Amino acid sequence: MTTILDSLEVPTPRRPWNKKRQTFVRSAILICISLVISWVLSSTTELGGVLGFYFGLAVCLPVVVLIESIRHGRNVAIDRVASSVILAIFGAVVIPWISIVTTVYQKGSKAFHSGYLTTDMRVTASGDPLEFGGVLHAIVGTLILVLIASIISVPLGITAAIYVVEIKGRFASTVRFFTQAMSGVPSIVAGLFIYSTICVFFGGFSAWAGALAYTILMLPTVARTSEEVLKLVPDELRAASYALGASQARTVFQVVLPTIATGLVTSAILGIARVAGETAPLILTASYFVATSRNVSEPIASLPIYIFSSLGLGDANATTRAWGGSLVLLIVVFILFSLARGLSARLSRK
Amino acid sequence: MIQDDLVPQHRKLVSSYTLVDRIFRRVITTGGLFSLVILGLIGAFLLYRGFEIFSDFGFSFITGEVWNIGDPMDTSTAVLGIGAMLMGSVITSVIAILIAVPCAIAVALFIEFYSPRKVRLILTAVLDLVAAIPSVIFGIWGYAVLLPIIEDWSVPLERWLDFIPIFSVPSGIFGRSPFLAGVLLALMVIPIVTSVAREVYSQAPRDLIDASYALGGTRWGAIRNVVIPFGRSGLVGGAMLGLGRALGETVAVYLTLNLVFDINFRILGSAGGNVASLIATKFGEATEYELKALMAAGLVLFLVTLLVNFMASIVVNRSGKII
Repeated sequence: MTTILDSLEVPTPRRPWNKKRQTFVRSAILICISLVISWVLSSTTELGGVLGFYFGLAVCLPVVVLIESIRHGRNVAIDRVASSVILAIFGAVVIPWISIVTTVYQKGSKAFHSGYLTTDMRVTASGDPLEFGGVLHAIVGTLILVLIASIISVPLGITAAIYVVEIKGRFASTVRFFTQAMSGVPSIVAGLFIYSTICVFFGGFSAWAGALAYTILMLPTVARTSEEVLKLVPDELRAASYALGASQARTVFQVVLPTIATGLVTSAILGIARVAGETAPLILTASYFVATSRNVSEPIASLPIYIFSSLGLGDANATTRAWGGSLVLLIVVFILFSLARGLSARLSRK
Repeated sequence: MIQDDLVPQHRKLVSSYTLVDRIFRRVITTGGLFSLVILGLIGAFLLYRGFEIFSDFGFSFITGEVWNIGDPMDTSTAVLGIGAMLMGSVITSVIAILIAVPCAIAVALFIEFYSPRKVRLILTAVLDLVAAIPSVIFGIWGYAVLLPIIEDWSVPLERWLDFIPIFSVPSGIFGRSPFLAGVLLALMVIPIVTSVAREVYSQAPRDLIDASYALGGTRWGAIRNVVIPFGRSGLVGGAMLGLGRALGETVAVYLTLNLVFDINFRILGSAGGNVASLIATKFGEATEYELKALMAAGLVLFLVTLLVNFMASIVVNRSGKII
């Protein structure tokens, strides 16, 4: 005995939003076709080279996708063409980024030798063979500059953040506004300002002046990041502290700041990463020195200026040294950034 | 009557700050206002140092195309104007923004709507990392890698688009052109604009996007009709932040642009300028008078970038996104 239900075919549930294997295959085929066309184009026309090939690909892909999908109707075609255009632009943006990192690595590693990080350029000219000399002076110099700048700008930045978030004074929005504006001050203007004040009054270039220029550039980053972090502190904590009779100063120093200590470290590291590679202000303030020096009232070496000055000489070995310095600088910045990210990830888990 | 005796009097509530708190608030306020003070000092000192230049040349310092110190002993023979450099800054930055904004939109959309969750997290981190690559490294890469490529490309571009004045190059020398500097600046600015755009797009109302899908719209339909209109003002703010960065960039432009004192709209030719790289170039061997002129140029650059950044933060704040 068959019921009417049995005779009806029950459709199996489908998930139309799940990507089907067909979709991948189709995309792969389309990309392959575009690859072939753009290869033909780049080998026959004068837009040669890897870039020409990529450019051809970026133009071909949307066209091929359009031709393929036009049979599904206008909306589907537009959707797929848009996807392919976005993919193509994304590739066009990412390729230079990859190129920067790989070029710096390839060219920079040639400058490395066993003593590269432990010798300076005291007795070596930039054009000398690459087995001699190193970047010790530049690393030490950058460390000193960054250290002084952090000692000044981290407390100031955190203070500005406390003012905006905790005190919420009359000028709170003004301070926020100007901190944002300050982060846009061109680095060369910061250098020019320090030159016109410190260097002119105290006679000549010094590590001091360089560090102060760094301070100006670091302050807004520290202030803004600390502000974001301070906002993460739940109001219940503050209320609990006040309810126990604590003053506002005590609440801030013993409840709020300890809660987000990692976040404040992160903000300092982000500030350091922001300034460690700044070149322009140092040209006008700290200048350059070939030997390892800890004297803050004299000109001092730094990684960016080491790169910049080696590059200006035009000699092949000097240029390789510049790439070597770039590699060291890039590694320093990347380490600082991973450190900051790791710390902030820990903070957000808490 | 009896009740009055039973119910205790209201305790007087004091809500004034204790002495410690008053000191604390005073100290923090002073520290907080420091950024205002620095900004004011920068403007005041540059104006003070450069005032002589402004009074000597007046408005022609901004518009003039010539930079000639004349006889170093006699300042009256000097003719100084940053018009060409200012125009150069604008040209390179505009090229940078024209390239960077569409790219940033595409990358932000890709990260937010086209990539799987894991890839999105990685890409967001990469974006921060790229934004932190020092400009001197962009500069050295632009000089070594991008320069030959752009040079190769400028030749056919010039041949095909010769009839448009800005693409014609009568000198036939390509190399370190405003176009190269603009492309390099675009690459430097893209991470900044993208991270603002991504942040804004991620706040696009989810229910509207879902509603768009539910009506049978495609992914592009949702992006086109919900996400992009929602993020418009945030994107404008991000673009202006990028513009501020591009206007003030020194080293990367210094390494990739041939400084020529001539207002030059031919973006493919090897001649151009930028106020920041003018300062870096001339600073080393400047006479005292020229140094004052550089201070004045710095003041102009400072005011322009400040203006752009002010507008950027107003626009971005209005869109509800805090950067």
